[in-house]
Amino acid sequence: MNLILFKRKMAKNNFNIIITGVGGQGLITLTKILAEAALSEGYDVRTSELHGLSQRGGSVETHIRFGKKIYSPLIDGKKADLVIGLEVQEGARRIPFSRPETVFVVNNSYIFYQGGLSREETEQKIKSLLKKRLHLISASEICKKEIGNEVVSGIYLLGYIVYKKLIPLKPASVLKAIKKVVPEKYLELNKKAFGLIHD
Amino acid sequence: MKKILLGNEAIVQGALESGVDFVSAYPGTPSSEIGNVFSKIAKNNGVYFEFSTNEKVALEAAIGASFSGLKCLAAMKNFGVNVCLDSLLPLLYTGTKGPMVVVAVDDPSCWSSAQSEENSRPFSYLGHIPMLEPSDPQECKDFVKIAFEISEKFNLPVILRSTTRVAHQRAPVEVLNLKSQPPRKTGRFIKNSHQFVTMPPRVLEMKRELLEKIEKIRAYAEKSAINQTSGSWASAKLGIITSGVSYLHTLEALKELNVDIPVLKLGFFYPLPEKMLRTFIKKLKGVLVVEELEGCLEKEVVALAKTTNPKIKIFGKDLLPQVGELNSTKISFALAKAMGKKYQTPEIKEIIPKRYPNPCLGCPHLLTFSILKKLSSENIIFGGDIGCYMLAGMPQFNLQDYLFSMGSSVGIGHGILKATKNQKIVALMGDSTFFHAGIPAMINTVFNQSNPLIIVLDNRTTAMTGHQTNPGIGITGMGEDTVELKIDEIAKACGVKNVKVVDPINIKEYESTIKDFLNKKEASLIVARRACILLAKK
Repeated sequence: MNLILFKRKMAKNNFNIIITGVGGQGLITLTKILAEAALSEGYDVRTSELHGLSQRGGSVETHIRFGKKIYSPLIDGKKADLVIGLEVQEGARRIPFSRPETVFVVNNSYIFYQGGLSREETEQKIKSLLKKRLHLISASEICKKEIGNEVVSGIYLLGYIVYKKLIPLKPASVLKAIKKVVPEKYLELNKKAFGLIHD
Repeated sequence: MKKILLGNEAIVQGALESGVDFVSAYPGTPSSEIGNVFSKIAKNNGVYFEFSTNEKVALEAAIGASFSGLKCLAAMKNFGVNVCLDSLLPLLYTGTKGPMVVVAVDDPSCWSSAQSEENSRPFSYLGHIPMLEPSDPQECKDFVKIAFEISEKFNLPVILRSTTRVAHQRAPVEVLNLKSQPPRKTGRFIKNSHQFVTMPPRVLEMKRELLEKIEKIRAYAEKSAINQTSGSWASAKLGIITSGVSYLHTLEALKELNVDIPVLKLGFFYPLPEKMLRTFIKKLKGVLVVEELEGCLEKEVVALAKTTNPKIKIFGKDLLPQVGELNSTKISFALAKAMGKKYQTPEIKEIIPKRYPNPCLGCPHLLTFSILKKLSSENIIFGGDIGCYMLAGMPQFNLQDYLFSMGSSVGIGHGILKATKNQKIVALMGDSTFFHAGIPAMINTVFNQSNPLIIVLDNRTTAMTGHQTNPGIGITGMGEDTVELKIDEIAKACGVKNVKVVDPINIKEYESTIKDFLNKKEASLIVARRACILLAKK
């Protein structure tokens, strides 16, 4: 979506992001960053997340909605504009819950579970069902190679999304939000991962 | 100043802005962040905070503080109210001295709950307990302050009833800048047996006083700004009555359907502002009551309509489910139906098999599960309990034959042993659960002579809810050193003859101890002590 279409959409509506992944992958950090960034740009924002039992290695997702005025904190039905998948099976899981316009940015990281599909089956499914809506990124590999740490692959995806203009938020706002949310000792690592796509 | 806060964080903020003195909690998702945040900031804010051993003593601690004139708050999940109910009900009779707010957080859809999809709202009916329902983080903060005001004015505890989608919602909240390091207030218990002793016949007099107070609070609720009507009355035939997060989903649904009709949002669940409700339904031909779980408000509306507007059509649980959380799609469907319109619910078919929760990599419980899996037979029954080890029930292990409430693995196991012959019980329990509820259950097996094998999985923390401390750790909720209670010593003191402490990593010793204890004629207890793998990271 280009900037003009974004402006028109945000004037009337709102932007809905669903982040999916496996418990422990850092969804809540990303959720906090996006919420702070949206607030700093003057938007109303609401998010949803789950804690406790739901996080023990099971599927988790968070919802982030921002715009002029947000009511429900949940993105139900097929209303997501953007799905960020931190793991490939979890990204694929969201496909039936999306519209033809929903963009998927998915890390091709694969975390096995009993009863799940193989990596190949999942990638095949996700590519054939989403076609051009899919950005399948080797975020973990890139982060491992360029920064030596794949724990920040979610932040790398965030940088990808922001710099490729897949979200109506300015890079500077997101960077400021990262500084606010991430503990001081991990800040350099996160800033590097966020800016990797830009360099 | 606007700050993005979780609903639970906003409750802490509201309590601080109200000048709370004393806070007690037992961890339970989705309420745990309240205790976690207080744990970190209590000292610097002149607040006493404790993680109590269970919700009953948490509430009782707050009651003692209230009777001593302090402003207090007790926080728990919905099941916690069950645990403290025995002291909560009399508190309405005695009334509070220092104001008290009890935070109870429900979990519709059981995202993080076993046991049941429990609805805390009917506790108000049972105990005549004032109850407020916030719908978002801003209201979490505002309603805490209002709850303290009501408690102070009428000397009753007030329940702030939240749910997962409010407690774990983040949104901008207007916050006050608080002075740091205020001094901690010291209370004084001034004797007043007329207020604090619930003996009969005084107790009946107290009940009459309580019922009078409730009517005074009802009059207050009629004028309260937290019950509000919005929307257009122009050519209005249908109206909506709602509360909590359902209000937000309702506004979303109205936007989606492009409909502008009157909406009554109730901040008070109990006592109900009946005059306000009657005024609302009088002018309508139909009303849709939008609420999660059981149709409590709907029943009230049906009763009021009998005299106010007998012809009104009342929609509620005929169009909305009693099971599971609500969202805007479900409400759009109900609304469309109530208006006689068509609504296409999006058809969704899952394409990826379900991923179940799992113990973390390196979890010590995996060692226990692997041994128990080998022992699996029809004559060994596995009792589950509440904590990370409840994952023993997941399909990949399938090591759970019953799962109820805290401490019930032993409680129920004893019943099975007394009712049967030649069957054995292995009852699993965590360290925090042991202190919370396990001890009386264990005593019962000694006193009433059954021979369960109780395995206390001591991972040195209260893990599932976020690694809070408990009586076996030696650190208080405010980070101070304290006595470290020893589970094996307690078991021995309670008359359990066969007690052993093992490190699960010593698999051979662990396995042979289990096999040995399974043959005992009396109760036996193994403390399988190995720290939670996530503790090292913290």
